[in-house]
Amino acid sequence: MTIRHHLTDQLLMAYAAGELPEAFNLVVATHVSLCDECRAKLAAFEAVGGAMMEMTDTVAMSDDSLAACLDRIDGLSQANARRPLRRAGVFPAPLADYVGGGPEKVKWRAVGMGVKQAMLSTGRGASARLLYIPGGQAVPDHGHRGMELTMVLQGAFRDETDRFGRGDVEIADASMQHTPIAENGEVCICLAVTDAPLRFNAIIPRLAQPFLGI
Amino acid sequence: MQADEVDTDWAALVSRVRDHQDKAAFAALFRHFAPRVKAFLMKSGADAALAEECAQDVMATLWQKAALFDPSRASVATWVFTIARNRRIDALRKARRAEPEELPWGPEPEPDQAEVLEAQQDTERLGAALSQLPEKQRALIERAFYGDLSHSEIAAETGLPLGTIKSRIRLALERLRQQMS
Repeated sequence: MTIRHHLTDQLLMAYAAGELPEAFNLVVATHVSLCDECRAKLAAFEAVGGAMMEMTDTVAMSDDSLAACLDRIDGLSQANARRPLRRAGVFPAPLADYVGGGPEKVKWRAVGMGVKQAMLSTGRGASARLLYIPGGQAVPDHGHRGMELTMVLQGAFRDETDRFGRGDVEIADASMQHTPIAENGEVCICLAVTDAPLRFNAIIPRLAQPFLGI
Repeated sequence: MQADEVDTDWAALVSRVRDHQDKAAFAALFRHFAPRVKAFLMKSGADAALAEECAQDVMATLWQKAALFDPSRASVATWVFTIARNRRIDALRKARRAEPEELPWGPEPEPDQAEVLEAQQDTERLGAALSQLPEKQRALIERAFYGDLSHSEIAAETGLPLGTIKSRIRLALERLRQQMS
């Protein structure tokens, strides 16, 4: 697997600072799980946080805090680094945690033409959903009011710009109108997050929009 | 920072916590890092009581997860920062928080000492570079990390020499993966 479409530095920096809305946090954690390049970049941004904290003025802890902490760790077990090798399934761990397992656990809802989706429960400010697109099918054409990240988990899609396979993230902004089409073969499953409600262009999806909660 | 702390090998202290449940080593880590974590959390909007409680949580997490710390990929300061940042999200935002999958194997039991030294010195070098930035630029980075900027206001262009750090971590990851296959 070669990932060619990565997260932006800005997203990685915002993740390092702990400032991303929950849905964006999820897609960053999911991509980094598969991508060493972005994992290394993220670690570099986190090193800035470490250096900054090291330079910050200190605020004294209360007198008994060390003793209290020593008491507390007394009964704590320590994690073992030698964990059993876990092969990433279709959903890397952070996403599997949200879904409660792999694609078979997703509560899909049909949105027409064999395409299905499932909203994930994430906090305010952005939303996340999973898309299930049979080979050869188009995702309903949609424009964006905000930023949308679409990460491929299985299969692949193409749009006007390029091909996107497992691990790739397509980043679209308000200026972009695109029509992703799933490649023939394996069903394409994607994680899509956006910080604005989607605006569908096709008539039927637009009518359906209020009922789909997006 | 006290003079006797300047050359402290924090990574070696974490190893002692991991291998020997060494409470003296833990106490030294606590005395250095807990007041910094507390200050970081207060600058991020926590009151003193909450910051103190969370700093304790962060140090207890350090004790529990000592075996997951990889000194060839991060300095102790950076690792503590990520634990504190995560605790801040949990405590202040009360949002659920996704973390990247850990690599499917733990850190090497005997990492290359030259690499470890490099990683531990990153924080010092970055600190020096930070203090040489124009005041306006440094303030912007600090505000980002203290949660004063929204994600769309955060600029990734820090003016800091992050390319070398990224390359070094990338090589460490590559080597780990090769050893696994």
